[in-house]
Amino acid sequence: MNRQEGQSTSDRPVLEVMNLTMDFGGIRALDGFCLRLRQGEIAALIGPNGAGKTTFFNCLTGMYLPTRGELQLFRPDGATRRLNGLRPDKITEQGLARTFQNIRLFPRMTVLENVMIGRHCRTRAGVLGAILRGPAARREEKDTVRISSRILEKIGLAGQLNEFAGNLPYGAQRRLEIARALATEPLILLLDEPAAGMNPQETRELDELICRLRDEGLTILLIEHDMKLVMSLSDHIFVMDYGRKIAEGTPAEVRRNPEVIKAYLGEEESFGPA
Amino acid sequence: MARRTMRLNGRDIGSALLTALWFAFLALPFLAVKINPVEQTVTWRWHAIIYVALAAFLLSLGGSLYRQYRKAHLARKSQNDLSSEQSLFGRLWATRKIRLSLLAALTAAAITFPLLFSTYQTNIMITALIYVMLGLGLNIVVGVAGLLDLGYVAFYAVGAYSYALLNLHFGIGFWSALPISALLAAFFGVILGFPVLRLRGDYLAIVTLGFGEIIRLILENWNAFSKGPSGIANIPRPGFFGLDLTLEGAIIYLYYLMLGLVLFTVFVVNRLQNSRIGRAWFALREDEIACQAMGIDKTRTKLTAFALGATWAGMAGVIFAAKTTFVNPASFTFLESAIILCIVVLGGMGSIIGVVLAALLLILLPEYLRPLADYRMLAFGAVLVAMMVFRPQGLVSRVRRTYVPAGKNIPDE
Repeated sequence: MNRQEGQSTSDRPVLEVMNLTMDFGGIRALDGFCLRLRQGEIAALIGPNGAGKTTFFNCLTGMYLPTRGELQLFRPDGATRRLNGLRPDKITEQGLARTFQNIRLFPRMTVLENVMIGRHCRTRAGVLGAILRGPAARREEKDTVRISSRILEKIGLAGQLNEFAGNLPYGAQRRLEIARALATEPLILLLDEPAAGMNPQETRELDELICRLRDEGLTILLIEHDMKLVMSLSDHIFVMDYGRKIAEGTPAEVRRNPEVIKAYLGEEESFGPA
Repeated sequence: MARRTMRLNGRDIGSALLTALWFAFLALPFLAVKINPVEQTVTWRWHAIIYVALAAFLLSLGGSLYRQYRKAHLARKSQNDLSSEQSLFGRLWATRKIRLSLLAALTAAAITFPLLFSTYQTNIMITALIYVMLGLGLNIVVGVAGLLDLGYVAFYAVGAYSYALLNLHFGIGFWSALPISALLAAFFGVILGFPVLRLRGDYLAIVTLGFGEIIRLILENWNAFSKGPSGIANIPRPGFFGLDLTLEGAIIYLYYLMLGLVLFTVFVVNRLQNSRIGRAWFALREDEIACQAMGIDKTRTKLTAFALGATWAGMAGVIFAAKTTFVNPASFTFLESAIILCIVVLGGMGSIIGVVLAALLLILLPEYLRPLADYRMLAFGAVLVAMMVFRPQGLVSRVRRTYVPAGKNIPDE
């Protein structure tokens, strides 16, 4: 399952995080964290519980305002965007879409409607457009339905378009979250423990899905505890502990890194893909 | 098998007996003891207590029977396919022929109503239609966007007073006042919206409640501005191309006007709900954080909901002022907000038909319960409680909107 590095990755950076620090009162959840994502790679962020992985996601997506540090997005048109201090919806508009560790779908909306919400930031119809329903608004609405159902087809949920999202089985809900994030046309997809609670079959499907998305040119950063998935999937791995980056590299490098072994298993023991 | 589950056992009878005793005890002081202060005698009316106990006993038994029936029903439903979960009304509505004839009958009834019934009845109907409009407006804020607003009456007051004051000072007529008041109410909606953007649930409810009271207290105490508690009188009824109408004619005219406005409201609210913005409102109700993460501007979406909800209240306020030709702060108490909220909750959050039905029910019921005299409000309360016990999701739950994925024909309704 191991993939050659650089198969579809270029060296062009798409995201640069420099010296990111986040304090909650006296607690430093992130301590000078640095990270660089390259276009079209699958990167994984691993680390023990409480290492600051989700905090990092929240800082990156504007849910938290980081105490210090620099977040820069390099858009495909060559422009550089500073993400610091932007509201979450603006960051999504810039091209970062995320899923949540605890599924946060809109349970009493249908599967299709959930994905259509993701189109919100790519559409423009306002109050007048909604009331008058002119040609532009109608076209936009049609496109929203079409694009959303196409994404659902790709993700394998085409049969449940009009089900309530809350009635889907667990694995399907996780995939729906990814579909909803994809609808925002992201440059970078941020997945917070996408395989949590999935059975081996669902995990395998997820693995294939993530690879397919990468092959389409998406850059993916995932937080994951399933080491088998992380090692087989990732082009690049960042390891965190106590809010710092303690190691990074290819899966093989990380596996051999003594710091990582120490963080995960204490001293002496060897660290394998379990 | 269904028969076996429907049997009453000793425990049910026991609890029914207990309920009967409890009710008898509660009713004792005010039903059994009749004191005549003049002759200083006390009459004991034990038969009243026996009736109360009997009624409580039977109701309680009926209640436990109903609960068992529900349980059996739900168990059967979960065994069957979930997709067959549709109400009788929904199934009827789905049939085109029935839907069309229903609509035709409804239209005929609505049009002929003022011709068939007395002015008094027409007047009540106008009030009911005003509440339909208010209910639909609040439905945007509470039912769709999920922002619990207990001060909605403030916007109603803003609408009514802006017409009254504009007319008093500048002689502005009904038709010019209508859009101006709507805009003013929307503006006030935004003013309320800004400070409560970060609040949700209980906290939001408290602040909006305060806002409603502030508006009422200002109207009550700022005499120079609003003439205080004595209110503003002699507000003109809506003009009809400069014609002088008799009182009866004016009321009938107002009825048709209101009917038109309600239809307009239904049309606009329906379109809003089924649009990009409506979807964002529903999503906001479901999960605010996920909403933001999906690129929805929370501030803007909330403010739009507040402003658009308030707009309808502003217009309803103008109609109210024109109908009664008199406004004073006593018409805009918290009770009004509560009734409008009742309409939305009773009708089913986010359901337009439900809100219309609930508004008609809630306003017409107390009127037609008048023969019950003293027990009118008691019966009204009982109906409300019964409603919420038996249909907690409201009269009509929101129809799940389905789309045709091919994208060639999007259903309009």
